[in-house]
Amino acid sequence: MDLRLYIAQRVSAMVMIPLVFAHLGVMIYAIQGGVSAGEILSRTQGSVFWFLFYGVFVVSVSVHGAIGLRTILSETFRFRSLTLDAIMWTFGLVSIFMGARAVSAVTWL
Amino acid sequence: MPREFVISGLRLFWSTAIMNEGFSEAPQRLVEDKKDTILSMTNETTKMSVKVWRGDKSSGSYQTFEVPRQENQTVLDVVTWIQQTQDPNLSYRFACRVGMCGSCAMMVNGAPRWTCRTHVNKVLDGDTLEVAPLRNLPVIKDLVADMDPFFDKWVDAGGHHAPSASRYDDMPKISSDEPERAEANKSIECINCAVCYAACDTVAQNPDYLGPAALQRAWTLLNDKKVDDHDAVLEKVSGKGGCHNCHSQGSCTLYCPNGLDPMRAIAGLKSATIKRALKRGG
Repeated sequence: MDLRLYIAQRVSAMVMIPLVFAHLGVMIYAIQGGVSAGEILSRTQGSVFWFLFYGVFVVSVSVHGAIGLRTILSETFRFRSLTLDAIMWTFGLVSIFMGARAVSAVTWL
Repeated sequence: MPREFVISGLRLFWSTAIMNEGFSEAPQRLVEDKKDTILSMTNETTKMSVKVWRGDKSSGSYQTFEVPRQENQTVLDVVTWIQQTQDPNLSYRFACRVGMCGSCAMMVNGAPRWTCRTHVNKVLDGDTLEVAPLRNLPVIKDLVADMDPFFDKWVDAGGHHAPSASRYDDMPKISSDEPERAEANKSIECINCAVCYAACDTVAQNPDYLGPAALQRAWTLLNDKKVDDHDAVLEKVSGKGGCHNCHSQGSCTLYCPNGLDPMRAIAGLKSATIKRALKRGG
């Protein structure tokens, strides 16, 4: 791992810390007394706040997870740098794409 | 040029240690010194089972010896007893026998240790002892590990003095109270025994990783006012095998026989490299 990847992984971790706590806290708070998919969508659809919240979350998770996966594959299977970079970028971009689809589905009108 | 100079210096030092390999090459004075100990060990009736790694870089296996127990007995005493009374072909490395030279480090019951400073009483597992060459390094023969990768990485991490002044300049005045000097002082007692390198799981998984000793050396250079080019030090530890590979598992600090804290030094390097990158704008 070089310096740029190290910084990207640490910064994405720092961004995720408050987002994870907010995500878990809101889940526990909102589910009191039961909650339906319709109720959730009524709160999230059209909300710029939740779009930005989960949009940033998805990008951070994708960056953090892709670099972490690269390290695990490097140390476990000793793949070459080119292979590692290809897997890292593929995993990261697919994660962002899938995450963006989910975020847009629940926040766009 | 400095690189070749440092490597030749390190090899010269280690060649004195290597001289003690093999019974026929052991200095006579040492044999005389050890005679009493060896005789008294032979007279003991209580025995322990010692598994010793035998082989070379391509293959090997453990050979078991029955060795007399003594009240005061180091692992190095045990290995010496085996070589001098059981098998003169056993190769191992030692020099000072008092924990100063760092040449007798081996794996003892799976953990890297200075064998000269490790009492059998402290590490005996039931009545068995397992002695192997240092982990994470190629084996030359039996208990002798090839230290070249370790010293090469030490040099790769900038572990040599790059002069910043000529003989006509004044000596820099450095107070021992200065924070940088105090920080450097915490690491300068490293004697390059490679115990931390053998203990490191990141080295085991990533052959490019420079390892705790080399990076700790870079940290002392970074805190040394006599070293001019601190950017060059940070550049050398920011590459593919650099400090950012460290997972902070802490085996280096846990096993260092000198009580040093390479993990902390590496954390310092990580922090310094990030500050430098942010100053430069990425």
